Amino acid sequence: MNPEETQAFEEKIYAFIGRENGPPKKGHDAVNEPMIRHWAEIMGDESPVYTDSEAAINSSKGGIIAPPSMLQTWSMEGYSMAGDFVQDVQRGLHNVFDEHGYTGVLGTNTTTEFFRDLKPGDEVTAHTVIDSISEQKATARGIGYFIETVTTFTDQDGEDVGRQVFRVLKFVPADGDASASSESTDDESPAAPTRIASPRGHDNGWWWNAIDEGKMLIQRCKNCQTLRHPPRPMCGECQSIEWDSIESSMEGEVFSFTTLHYPKIPGYDYPLCCAVISLNEGTRIVSNIVGIDHEDVTIGMKVKGNIEQVDEKTMLPQFYPAQAGE
Amino acid sequence: MTTLHFESINVGDKLPAKEVPITSSLIVGGAVASRDFTTVHHDKKAAQKAGLPDIFMNILTSNGLMSSYITNWAGPDSTTKKIDLKLGAPNLPGFVMTITGEVKAKNEDHGTLEIEVTGENNVWGMHMQGTVQVQLPKGAQS
Ligand SMILES: [Zn+2]
Repeated sequence: MNPEETQAFEEKIYAFIGRENGPPKKGHDAVNEPMIRHWAEIMGDESPVYTDSEAAINSSKGGIIAPPSMLQTWSMEGYSMAGDFVQDVQRGLHNVFDEHGYTGVLGTNTTTEFFRDLKPGDEVTAHTVIDSISEQKATARGIGYFIETVTTFTDQDGEDVGRQVFRVLKFVPADGDASASSESTDDESPAAPTRIASPRGHDNGWWWNAIDEGKMLIQRCKNCQTLRHPPRPMCGECQSIEWDSIESSMEGEVFSFTTLHYPKIPGYDYPLCCAVISLNEGTRIVSNIVGIDHEDVTIGMKVKGNIEQVDEKTMLPQFYPAQAGE
Repeated sequence: MTTLHFESINVGDKLPAKEVPITSSLIVGGAVASRDFTTVHHDKKAAQKAGLPDIFMNILTSNGLMSSYITNWAGPDSTTKKIDLKLGAPNLPGFVMTITGEVKAKNEDHGTLEIEVTGENNVWGMHMQGTVQVQLPKGAQS
């Protein structure tokens, strides 16, 4: 959009500010015990004031109440939402955005205040107003505008029982049209995230490439025969940059270890035992201890490594407790 | 189930963490219990058209799980006054969401607590983060 087009677009959207989203919506049903019980069951809410009338009468509530966070539920459209969109004012506003390429939509915040407990028999009506539309913002999702709607909920006496602010981002999807994004046809759950790929540079790529082939190498100075790990260009003993490598036996012992529980990074199994292992050749390597409860890992424990495929695209050395007698 | 008293709670108190396995049943059940029949919360094909790999949890269920986490801790005589919720990554079937909470402030005049609550799933991270304002009865007579 050029500046004139943007201005014309913004005039159109800002004209919606302050408009009521159609007539107030009165709930199809009064607040009632079956819907409350159904909700409490699924949310795992164990408070007896929602489901046990005797306990509720004896509580400070004086009888069954509805969970406050059901407030919006009482005036929901219901099953018709599964069909075509209701053509209300808010939908009209979204259509203007859609026509100008702002097809993405994302709920970002809700703030709900509850002015009193609702009891069975209360009738809830929702009054929604398009309260504000932000300036154009650059967001992580793409360029867009935040739309804030404010809904006031009233009861059968016209008294306010609650208020909700709902904030939505309408944006131009960064990678083209979100609604046209790849429609996967398989029936699988989302692909499991893989581990962070090993960085392969000029000085260490060879080591990882050998791992991919099932060999764990240790770099060796050609001049003084000193072994070193992790790979680096120069010998720390004699400063020679000539080197070759030997294949490790992958046998050694635990020098030190720590077990990670949190944060859980996708692709790794937790608890994740990370250890510094002293290899019999004399160098140390950081790796995982597997095949044993992390609580049973001890410093000095003998271990034996194996190169394993830990996810779809990663080969890694993994160390197991050495078998007795080995 | 007993109710906590305002005096017995201190700023910095942590609520026990709760793990919520996210299943299709929970997502569909929560959507229907909140009368939200928007297709992306019960129809996988519709969710895929919207760019996600599977159905995802509706906001009312997130709100409900957040407030239930508080009521289950605070007890039946507590009163939830306000839920301020910031939405993050979607909750999809197969994820596990861990909910944690910490008392951030106490208002002596109103007998209310401000509890910061976070729901983080094990795949995409922060699903919801917010503050619940809850009123507790005063006086330890019961
Ligand atoms: Zn050397």
